[in-house]
Amino acid sequence: MAASMASQAAARGLRSATSKHVLLDKLKSTWLSPRRWLNLQEYQSKKLMQDSGVTVQRFFVADTASEALEAAKRLNAREIVLKAQILAGGRGKGVFDSGLKGGVHLTKDPTVVGELAKKMLGFNLATKQTPKEGVKVKTVMVAEALDISRETYFAILMDRSCNGPVMVGSPQGGVDIEEVAAKTPELIFKETIDIFQGVQDEQALRMAANLGFKGPLQRQAADQIKRLYDLFLKVDATQVEVNPFGETPEGQVVCFDAKINFDDNAEFRQKAVFAMDDMSESDPTEMHAAKWDLKYIGLDGNIACFVNGAGLAMATCDIIDLHGGKPANFLDLGGGVKERQVYEAFKLLTADPKVEAILVNIFGGIVNCAIIANGITKACRELELKVPLVVRLEGTNVHEAKKILSESGLPITAADDLDDAAKKAVAAIRK
Amino acid sequence: MSHTRLFARLLLQQRGVRHCYTGSRKNLYINKDTKVICQGFTGKQGTFHSQQALDYGTRLVGGVSPGKGGKEHLNLPVFNSVKEAREGTGADATVIYVPPPFAGAAIIEAIDAEMPLVVCITEGIPQQDMVRVKHKLLRQGTTRLIGPNCPGVINPGECKIGIMPGHIHKKGRIGIVSRSGTLTYEAVHQTTQVGLGQSLCVGIGGDPFNGTNFIDCLEVFLQDPKTEGIILIGEIGGNAEENAAEYLKEHNSGVNAKPVVSFIAGLTAPPGRRMGHAGAIIAGGKGGAKEKIAALQSAGVVVSMSPAQLGSTMFKEFEKRKLLS
Repeated sequence: MAASMASQAAARGLRSATSKHVLLDKLKSTWLSPRRWLNLQEYQSKKLMQDSGVTVQRFFVADTASEALEAAKRLNAREIVLKAQILAGGRGKGVFDSGLKGGVHLTKDPTVVGELAKKMLGFNLATKQTPKEGVKVKTVMVAEALDISRETYFAILMDRSCNGPVMVGSPQGGVDIEEVAAKTPELIFKETIDIFQGVQDEQALRMAANLGFKGPLQRQAADQIKRLYDLFLKVDATQVEVNPFGETPEGQVVCFDAKINFDDNAEFRQKAVFAMDDMSESDPTEMHAAKWDLKYIGLDGNIACFVNGAGLAMATCDIIDLHGGKPANFLDLGGGVKERQVYEAFKLLTADPKVEAILVNIFGGIVNCAIIANGITKACRELELKVPLVVRLEGTNVHEAKKILSESGLPITAADDLDDAAKKAVAAIRK
Repeated sequence: MSHTRLFARLLLQQRGVRHCYTGSRKNLYINKDTKVICQGFTGKQGTFHSQQALDYGTRLVGGVSPGKGGKEHLNLPVFNSVKEAREGTGADATVIYVPPPFAGAAIIEAIDAEMPLVVCITEGIPQQDMVRVKHKLLRQGTTRLIGPNCPGVINPGECKIGIMPGHIHKKGRIGIVSRSGTLTYEAVHQTTQVGLGQSLCVGIGGDPFNGTNFIDCLEVFLQDPKTEGIILIGEIGGNAEENAAEYLKEHNSGVNAKPVVSFIAGLTAPPGRRMGHAGAIIAGGKGGAKEKIAALQSAGVVVSMSPAQLGSTMFKEFEKRKLLS
């Protein structure tokens, strides 16, 4: 049932209501787009694909209604699909605060494109995956609507168990691939790719055949597969997922939609890609943290965490939860942290209105505890700390650090180990 | 065609099946005689940690800094390449403090120089680079890589290769393997406090593509008479913990099984988010902490729900087995 609906929707170049993007489906706080997880708008991903010779629907991008009208005329297409560009999914069923229903529309008339664009641009589009007030639409995509006669699924990703790139495909496209994997695993085809040899001709042809492309379409699909792999390497992607990887009645193989995940570690050599990062839908706190090179992820609770090391930071959130509290955030200060960063991190945490207590848990290896102590005391004084502060320090220079804190005159509760620290933080809120 | 692929797959399978790279596992066990060089020797990190290593008593014998060969740094010789350094000092191990854009190449240089042990501390190496490194690594058996994005490896009192604070360690009976640096320090601190001490501590790091996994270390620990208990610290993302559980079921069961205590970080981590480490992400419903905990428990591992109870839990296991003198 979901499959045929999705097929019909996709048949008109529409994104189906059921998110086919597996990762997005599983996001608890789906509307928070982290800075460190590069997000591109659909048109940006498609431009990257076009630049690699991957076949996507012809499109233009418009920021004003008149531009949209011009674009629609220039397209000279039999049918046009107009798509609001926001990062969140569920656009098809979304609602604009202009009153317009649906973030994706089909029409054969360019004038209609212009009129609809007027009700999209500058207005907020609210979908199941956006916050209640929606997200402002600054750009629309005006694309050639193509009929889709068959949908397949195709993805390339870096796979740990295979130690490298793997391509995954299924002739069952347009639906949640996890469902296919669960119900009909024999319809999932996987092939490892040698990082030095790339996708071999026979591999591409075999995958194309497994995806159900026949005759001249098999060669076309194989060619698209190789180009997608080139793109995957070129932009340092960790995953390129095309769903649907479709077939038109006219005999064209087209990537109707794609989700590209990028390796943050490659930012230094992917400046052009990362410059496209759209942070307008990101959580402002997370963006501010990223500015100071702090790894921060907002959570739902009221006990703020301030930790060095990702594992310890996760464990700190876990132990707060274990003792009946709720962590407000994950924060990894990293190894080479400087006093200014400590100050900024503290500022960030204290500015959060949800926060009712702060738990500092530092085990200094590279991190010098005295630097943390100086940063905290400075921040506390300048920001006039109002919430209880529990501090647990251990490791490099801990004695000097403890001295700095106790001599600061600040109301700081000291803790001996993690259990003690978590219990004290939870108790501090209950007071 | 299908034959060669099947063979290649068997050759590269990480779980259970031996291949040439697994032969290098023994290189993990550093000791007081291990001679170490430092790549990125004259940089800020390299200099700081090399001095720390010397203060600890590690046999640091020189370093590599391209273009500065022939000079001296910290009263030790500087070489232009790993090959020259190995020839000039007879070093068995190298530690890499090279920035992300060049770290992958630094690892490959060490592999080419047939260095028995490479410890890469660098965080932030692009995944593609590490995939290429791993491709090379798995097809040879001379060099063992630990990391990247790891604190290193330490044999307390004998040799420290990495950034861990030496003073919290105590020579002893527990082998520790962990994906997280600071959580390792917690385990070390606690096992020192309860008097058990550590035999060997290996930080395998938080990256998705790395040189050493849990199983590599478990094999060393299980075969080492000095290691009487094992602490395994995992986190969300991937299935290294599940693979480790399978390995333990096969190799550490019955009367002579060594006690294994574990903590898995990230029970409260939201899905789809990268929690600090490049490899710490619950993606597509896979890699969650609950499943890892269940897998380890089914292998007889005692999983602690609190990271502060690792030492005490191990102590209790020793008591149960009457291993405390």
